[in-house]
Parts: sequence; C-alpha cells; structure tokens
Amino acid sequence: MAGYFEAAPDGGAAIALDEVEISILRSLAVQFLELIGPGPGGSADDSDPLAALLAEGPTQPPSDPALARLFPNAYCDPERASDAAAEAASAEFRRYTENDLRARKREDALAVVRALDALTPAGDRGAVLKVTGDQAQHWLGALNDLRLTIGTRLEVDDDPDSDLYRLPDDDPRKPLMMAYMWLGGLQESLIETLLP
Amino acid sequence: MEIERTESSEAVSEQPKPDVPWVTIVHNDPVNLMSYVTYVFQAYFGYPKDKAKKLMLDVHHKGRAVVSSGTREEMERDVQAMHGYGLWATLSQDR
Repeated sequence: MAGYFEAAPDGGAAIALDEVEISILRSLAVQFLELIGPGPGGSADDSDPLAALLAEGPTQPPSDPALARLFPNAYCDPERASDAAAEAASAEFRRYTENDLRARKREDALAVVRALDALTPAGDRGAVLKVTGDQAQHWLGALNDLRLTIGTRLEVDDDPDSDLYRLPDDDPRKPLMMAYMWLGGLQESLIETLLP
Repeated sequence: MEIERTESSEAVSEQPKPDVPWVTIVHNDPVNLMSYVTYVFQAYFGYPKDKAKKLMLDVHHKGRAVVSSGTREEMERDVQAMHGYGLWATLSQDR
C-alpha cells in the first residue's frame, strides 16, 4: 500500500490504486455511511428534500464515541467544568446543525464510493483515480472523517511511543491500524497537492 | 440550513455581557494532521499561511487556540464549519 496522491500535470491530484486498495477504501467508506445513518428524509441520498428541510436534529450527543467525536458539544469547553447552561446551549446548537453536518459527511463518503465505482480497472485490476475541485474537497473530508472514526475506535492518543505503532501481527487491531496509517499518508499527500 | 431560533440567546444564563465578543476555540486532538489543521485555517478563514501555521502550533502545543472572534451568531457559524471539517471546536464568551 504505497500509493499516494500526486499533483496532476493538468491540475488536481491523481493516485494509482490497486484492486486491494480500492476494495479497502470502498469498504471503509461504506461502513462510515452506515455509521452516519440515513438522512432525515429516510434515504441515504436525501431524496426527500422537504422532509430533510422540516426535520429537526437531535439534542443529545451521540452515544457512539466516534460519532460523539464527529459531532462534539459546541458550548462545552473541555478545560472547564460543564454546566447546565453550556449543555442547554449545546443541545440547541445540535438541534439545528447536526443534520446538516451529517449530510455533509454523508456526501463526502458517497463521493468517494461513487468515484471508486466509476474507476476503469486496467489489466492488473488497478486504476488511476483523478480528483479535481469539489471532488478533491470531498476526498479530503472523507479521508479525515475515516481517520477520526478509526482513530477513536483504536483510541489513538498523542503518545509517539504508543503500542499501537508496534502491534504484533496477530493483534486484532493490526489491520485497522495499518489502514489508519495508510489513510494518513493519503490525506497528507492530497493536502500537499491542494496547497497553493 | 438556517433555522429560525429565538431561544438561543436565553440558553446561556451566566450573566451575559453583550459588549464582550464571543470566540471560537479549536482544541487539540490526536488524530487531525498538522498540515490539515493549517490547511483548514487557510481555506476557511482565509488566513495567510504564517498565521494559520502559528494557530495550528498553538493548538498542538498549548492544547487550544482562539481562531476567530465576533458575535455569537458568527461564532456558531465558525464552530459549525470547524465541525464540518472534523476539527474539535467550541465557542464561548471571551472573559
């Protein structure tokens, strides 16, 4: 898994992906879509805009730790003791923002799945993916969301000596940790192509 | 999507000081890449690279940085945008 994004000569970014990489990326993006859940219209692509417009978001933080990281309390400063006023304001903020935030994250992951499905594999089952403009922003957002989700699952912390970086091959976390590191390289290389 | 909200100004009961600006604070987290955080500060706030990088380093080393200030409504917009990018942000009234 050594492929990274490179600036394409005619703008945008390109990456050569092999069959396994395409499969892993697609699988992670689909799992992420399942985690985010369908929109308030009840379908994965928000096909009922009226229902989406009328729906109010939740007021309570998600119980899943990864979702709680993606949709944090807006008024609760982690360095201060939480109080009732901050929690009430956070609930109100969540009610009118979380559906939109979920929709954005869903669109980013869907763009990744669609782009992967549109690839034309070469003889060795690999393919070159090219992203420009909005597509690149969708990929950047989706790669970050995947890393936040996996990082929360693995309980990644700031410790550079963490055991996570030295997992034995038979550790059940090893495949996910490898995916996490690979996604970091993908995201880093994509950012480099986006900087002016 | 903007939804009309009338109760939000009542939600914070701790002696609001109308003249004191609100701030958006970004908190450190172990996952977001330093290059990504810098990129977001440049792309969303339009900050020059030096300022964006300094704010990113403050987040990384001090655990937090004030990235914008203004009215409560403006800061709610910024916090929502930061959450959209996957950054951990909160807003509070500067005291």
